Order: sequence, then structure tokens, then C-alpha cells
Amino acid sequence: MPTANQTLDEILNLAAAHFKVPREKLNADDDFFKALGVDSLQTLDLLTRLEHHFHVELPDYELQGVTDFRTLAGRIQARL
Amino acid sequence: MLDLRQYTCLGAALRDALDRFASEICLIEADRDREKVRLTYSDFKETALPLTRALEDADFDPGDRAAIIMTNQSKWLISAYSIFYCGGILVPLDYKLTAHEHLQLLAHSKAKVLFVEYHLWRAITQAPDFHAIKTKIVLVTEVPLGADLAGAFRWEDFKRKGAPDFVMRQKDDVACIVYSSGTAGRPKGCVLTHENYLEQCRSLTAWYPFWPGVRYLSILPTNHAIDFMVGFIGPFVCGACVVHLRTLRPDFVRDAFVRYRITYVSLVPMILKNLERGLRAKFDELPAWKRFFLNRMIAINKLLTRRRPKVRLSRTLLGGVHRGFGGELLALITGGAFMEPSTMQFFYDLGIPVVNGYGLTEAGTALTLNDLKPFRADTVGKPLPGVELRILNPDGEGIGEVAARSKTIMSHYLDDAELTLETIVDGWLLTGDLGRFDGRGHLQLFGRKKNMIVTEGGKNIYPEDIETAFDGLPVKEYCIFAANYVWPQKELAHEMLLLVLRLDQNQQFDSKLLAEIDSRNRTLPDFKRVGAYLIWGRDFPRTASMKIKRQILAEEIGKTGERKAAVTL
Repeated sequence: MPTANQTLDEILNLAAAHFKVPREKLNADDDFFKALGVDSLQTLDLLTRLEHHFHVELPDYELQGVTDFRTLAGRIQARL
Repeated sequence: MLDLRQYTCLGAALRDALDRFASEICLIEADRDREKVRLTYSDFKETALPLTRALEDADFDPGDRAAIIMTNQSKWLISAYSIFYCGGILVPLDYKLTAHEHLQLLAHSKAKVLFVEYHLWRAITQAPDFHAIKTKIVLVTEVPLGADLAGAFRWEDFKRKGAPDFVMRQKDDVACIVYSSGTAGRPKGCVLTHENYLEQCRSLTAWYPFWPGVRYLSILPTNHAIDFMVGFIGPFVCGACVVHLRTLRPDFVRDAFVRYRITYVSLVPMILKNLERGLRAKFDELPAWKRFFLNRMIAINKLLTRRRPKVRLSRTLLGGVHRGFGGELLALITGGAFMEPSTMQFFYDLGIPVVNGYGLTEAGTALTLNDLKPFRADTVGKPLPGVELRILNPDGEGIGEVAARSKTIMSHYLDDAELTLETIVDGWLLTGDLGRFDGRGHLQLFGRKKNMIVTEGGKNIYPEDIETAFDGLPVKEYCIFAANYVWPQKELAHEMLLLVLRLDQNQQFDSKLLAEIDSRNRTLPDFKRVGAYLIWGRDFPRTASMKIKRQILAEEIGKTGERKAAVTL
């Protein structure tokens, strides 16, 4: 099982690739709506990619109120 | 469909629909690629009656109120039917509100019963003010094994044998209390009668009928007026089928169109734009010759559907695109927020009509709708049958406040006679929206008179509700406005919340204060966040009781401050 830091790192890599944003511009505590310039539907799109990558299922409500990569990583890590 | 003129209440109409269309499928519920529920009208009735009987046995009496806080799913509609069967009043609450807001609205509505999903109930029980809850019976769905329900019951276990007693209601009895704004300011509970809904259903289905075999994809929250009508009452009284999805990820939504061969769907701009982006990206990936061919087909379709949609022809010309939507889509219904004309035109040119409309919770569901004779992307359509609209105090360009009179207009605001008197004057609902009629009887909207914004996701946001997130901000005073209220734009685009700051004497706006604002802003859901701030050089005008005179302040800023001085957050 990956460590929490590895999970976080993989999420940042996937988000950067998915939204075509330079990886070095993304930080763990960034507000991803702002850092990626996306709306809530686009973040749901990202969530689907993350589910495939980590082989987990996250209900939509798990993302409600989550706005930074670190918290998102925590939610995924809890289900690994 | 049922002849709704014969009914005095929703419960009776729904009860007859369950018998009349007994063998038709009424509900499908899917989670990702797994179908979880498929019910006929007869199955629906069999599930609802034991719940209804249990409610009656638990002293849920006619006129009592019951709230629902659930995402779109079959148990939402079954619970609502049970409430109406008992003669109760339904209070549909937005599941995206916070637990604290849910508690406030439960208290304001005096709901005796609550139907709620487990994850939402867990959040409510953990809120600091949970101890004050007065709701007597709480029924929770999707409860994990061994979960502590804090005195609530499992929805699935709350049933009793024996036929419940049907309670008939009259047309002017209250059917629903629907909240059209948040909680921190002044909760606006729109009290809607059975007649309001029956009339709304009649006028909508007169233009866009449902029938057995129609499959309606229910994406907008059912607590919202549009989905409640078009994703529940309308399809049910016509014997149609409603499809619910437990996840609204764009991937799964796209799959659902195909898997369930969807006929109609209602969307807010954010979702329609997402679909447009996806389609454009696919078109861009096509080899040059295919792209050329597609463009020619679109041009031919556009020419042949100028006067009215010809769905069969469009499906032949643009088969690939239509198969991507299941091949049976008749129209996309939009409303609840400003829709870019270019997005609507994009879909119409592909042979997928977009039916744009305009309404507000206070008016039931919709006041106007496009009749597609012909399609217009630049208006919100014509008044629906039975709706009278007029423009108050029009300016030189014919633009003024839209006022509406119809049997669909709410009775009043719950426990707020003053606001009701300000909003419904001589039987006319003052909408606060600015518009004018063109020569063909279509309504065009040009902004708002009221201090609020509507997001692309269809959420009404009142600045007063946001201000508590900035409580204790280290400045002399602050206030939040809709930017278009301060600087009227005569358009509905570019809506944004503006934080106006008055600094203390000798205080400098520095990075620490900016970080504090940023951090407060992030405590809000993304659609409620402030988009820009403005430093204001004068004290705010206040009433004797020290309340900010918002309108006067907005006028002062509008006259002397410039929009470009606002700094984007």
C-alpha cells in the first residue's frame, strides 16, 4: 500500500497531467478549483480518473467540501 | 396523461397514476454501471403504502410537515408520495447545505418528520446545535451495519401492515414549503399550494408532454423546483419513467444517456457546458476529412431546421452525435440560471433542441419557455399557458422589472408577512428580474434589480448569507454585494460576489489580510465564494439600529467607484 505522501504525490501528478498544468505549480494545500482553474464538475471528472488509478470507489459526497489536494489524498488513502 | 382538472391535490393525482400505469416502469436508479432499483408504478405503490401506514401510526397528521434531505434517488419520491398520501406538507431541503443550515431550516419549517440519507444525518448529528433539534421522527436511508442512528429509524424498517387512510386535500391547501434562499439572512420559505403544482404541471405538459415510454434523466436536485416538477410530478401523472443516478460524474452521466435511451433531461449551464466541451474535444480529434464531412452535415441540418426542429432528420444526418446521446433524445431543458446563447445554438445546430425557460421558486417552476417555433437562443421563451407577464416601469429601451400573475404563484412566504407584501403586490409577483418583450412575444432578460447572483449550477446566492464566513475579519467593516447590483450591466452574465472592505484608520491592506480573506473564502463551497474585493474609503451608511444601508452603499459605490478597481481573489 502506498504511503500517504506517495498517494498525495500521485494525485498531484495525475491532476497536473489531466488538466495540463505544470506539476511544479501544484502544491498539496492548494485550493484545486483555483490552482487548476476548474469547476466542480471538472473536479468530479478528475475523481473518476483517481478512482481508476487507485482502484477505489468514492461516493460524490466524499468530495463535498473538499477543496485541497491533501484532504482529497486523505479520503483516498482511507479507502486503500 | 391524467386529466389534472379533476384533481384537488397532488396525492390524489399520484395515487391514480400508480393504478392507471401499474405495469409501466416508473423509476430506475443506477450507481455507476450497476442498476440498483427498477420499479413499476405498482412496485412503487407496494413500497410506499407500508411506509405511509407507519407514518400515520406515528401520528403524522394532515397538515404536519415532513422534510426530505436526500440526493436524487427512488426513496426521495417514495417518501414524498407517502407524505402527500397522509395529507402532509413536504419540505424539500437542499442536500448541499451545511448541517448547521439544515438544522436552521428544520427549525424554521417546524418539520415533524425528516427523511435523510445516512451521510447527511451523520453530519447533522455532529453539528454543535444538534441538541436543539425538534424533529420527532427521523428516517435514515443507506445506513451501514452497526451504525449509531442517534435515535433515528432505518427507512427500510419503518413500515406497518394494513392499508393507510388516504387524506384528500383541497386546491388551496399547502403542498410544499420550498426554501429559495439560504439561512443566515432571512429564510425565504415559499409556501406552494396543491393548485400551484397542478396548474404548473398542466401548463408545462401542454407544451412538452410526457407519455409511457418516455425516460427522463433526473440530474438537477429533486429539492429544486424544476426537477420536482419535471422529474417527478410531470412524468408520474403521464406514466413516464424517471432515471436517477447516484453519481453525477460526467462520465457516468454520458453513459446513462445511452444505456437508458433518455428522452428528456433538464440541465443547468455548468453541465451543458461540460457536455459541449466534451463534444468539441471529440470533434477536434477527428481526422480532417471526417471533420469536414461533419461540418457539412451540421450546416445542412442547420439550414433544414431553421423554422422548427426535425429530430428524425437530424438523427439521420448526424447519427454519430445522436447515438452518443442514446439516439432518442428529444430535447434538453434548461433553466434556473443564465445560459450562454452560443452553447444552446451549438446543440441546436447538432439537431438537439435546447428548451430554455425562466422561472423562480416563488412562481412554482417556470413562467416562460421556448416553444421551438422556431428555436431562439437569445430569449427565455414565451409565457406558458395561464401565465400573465408585464414589464413594470419600462425605460427607453422597454426594459423594466418583470411581474407575473398566474395560478402557479406561491401563496406566501412562511412566517414573513412583510416580505410577502413586498413581493406579491395586487396579485402580481415582483420577480426582481429585469426584462422586456420582443416583437414576437418572447421575453428577454437583462439583469437583476435584486442583490443576488445565480450560479452556473443554478444556485441562488444571497450575499447576506455569505457574510458570516467573514465574521471577525480584522477590518473596520465589510459588506458583500452582487457585483452586478453595484454596477448594473443589463445582462445576466459575469455574475460575481464582491467583498467591500472599509479599513481601520492607518490600516494598510497587506498580504496577511489577503491571506485571511482567502482562507475565509475557502471555508465556503466553491459556488458561494467571493470573486473580488474592493477597498472603500468611507464609513458605511447605517440605520439607527446599526444595520448597513445596503442599497445606499451600493449606489454610492456604483456612482463613485469603478468595477475595474475591484481586485480578483
